[in-house]
Amino acid sequence: MEIKVLGPGCPNCQKMEELTRKAVEQLGINANVEKVKDIVEIMKYTMSTPGLVVNGKLKHSGKPLPNLEKVKELIQQESD
Amino acid sequence: MLKDFADYITYNIINLEYGSRLGDVLEFFIYETIKIFFLLTVIIFVISLIRSFFPPEKTKRILSHKKEFIGNILAALLGIVTPFCSCSAVPLFIGFVEAGVPLGVTFSFLISSPMINEVAVVLLFGLFGWKVTAIYIGAGLLVAIFGGLVIGKLKLEKWVEEYVYKFHNGHEYEIIKQTFKDRLQYAKMNTLDILKRVWLFIVIAIGIGGFIHGYVPQDFLTHYAGKGNVFAVPAAVLIGVPLYSNAAGVIPIVYALMEKGLSMGTVLAFMMAVTALSLPEMIILRKVLKVPLLGVFVGIMTVTIIAVGYLFNAIL
Repeated sequence: MEIKVLGPGCPNCQKMEELTRKAVEQLGINANVEKVKDIVEIMKYTMSTPGLVVNGKLKHSGKPLPNLEKVKELIQQESD
Repeated sequence: MLKDFADYITYNIINLEYGSRLGDVLEFFIYETIKIFFLLTVIIFVISLIRSFFPPEKTKRILSHKKEFIGNILAALLGIVTPFCSCSAVPLFIGFVEAGVPLGVTFSFLISSPMINEVAVVLLFGLFGWKVTAIYIGAGLLVAIFGGLVIGKLKLEKWVEEYVYKFHNGHEYEIIKQTFKDRLQYAKMNTLDILKRVWLFIVIAIGIGGFIHGYVPQDFLTHYAGKGNVFAVPAAVLIGVPLYSNAAGVIPIVYALMEKGLSMGTVLAFMMAVTALSLPEMIILRKVLKVPLLGVFVGIMTVTIIAVGYLFNAIL
């Protein structure tokens, strides 16, 4: 599974990345988590960061951030 | 009832002497702290819920190819309800430009957004009452609309970084569907998040406010910075521009200053200068705007906020 965390590097984006990695670990799935900082690449998906993209599909964007349970749910929606 | 509670704690449980300065300070502190946190929780929750209906993508669609003036008014209003993390100011700016939102309209949005936020609204409402809150929101909108209009009229597009105009995405962003339950959940998380971030500032600020309230003589500042002094407003704004704090830190302090004789217009102008212009925001915006445009932006804002300060000193 391909997961992208979109964000130029602000505290919210870092938090989003941590949450995503933790969610992947707890779900025990095989996924590649990539942090995307390039603005052009980010803007292919959204203009409000932080963003979460799972298998090419935008699952979350902007504030407020989802919590850990919500992130797990968003990832799982794409896993089957 | 809350007043009685603060009274009871101060004079019966801690047993301070009634009418003593320390008692006065503590009573102020307990009363204001409880009141503010209650209001913060309720109002931020409601505002977060409203905001979930105005994601930046929708705002962009609404403002796209809008005429100036109408566009500036809409942008200033949407700035209040559209949630965005300061780190997305750059993609947001590029997205607005790509969608054909005029530069001045984009600025109206960027000005109103940090100045009129939920924490500012709650603190103003809690400490000054609804009239001052309404005046502040009205003045903030005025500054945002006017500032954006002037920037639009000056035709400063040449001072926007070139790559912004070269960006072509070519597709609309999808807006993620949310159920009402999702919205409630996000609103709850956002409320907790904001409370976690600002509670310490607020407690410290109310503490300082309480101290000024109890120990600094009434009218201490009237002589230096009262209505009679024509330099009070520009001085307050010029001090406020380089200062950066969120509303949480600055409002309880200006409340106490006002009690000591600072006039309302001066206080509101100071607050606007502190919240609307900040170095971190300038650094982020530098990625899309060239230095002269940032300079013009700061200049226009400073002059407009000073004008608003005078206006309020004259009518209030």
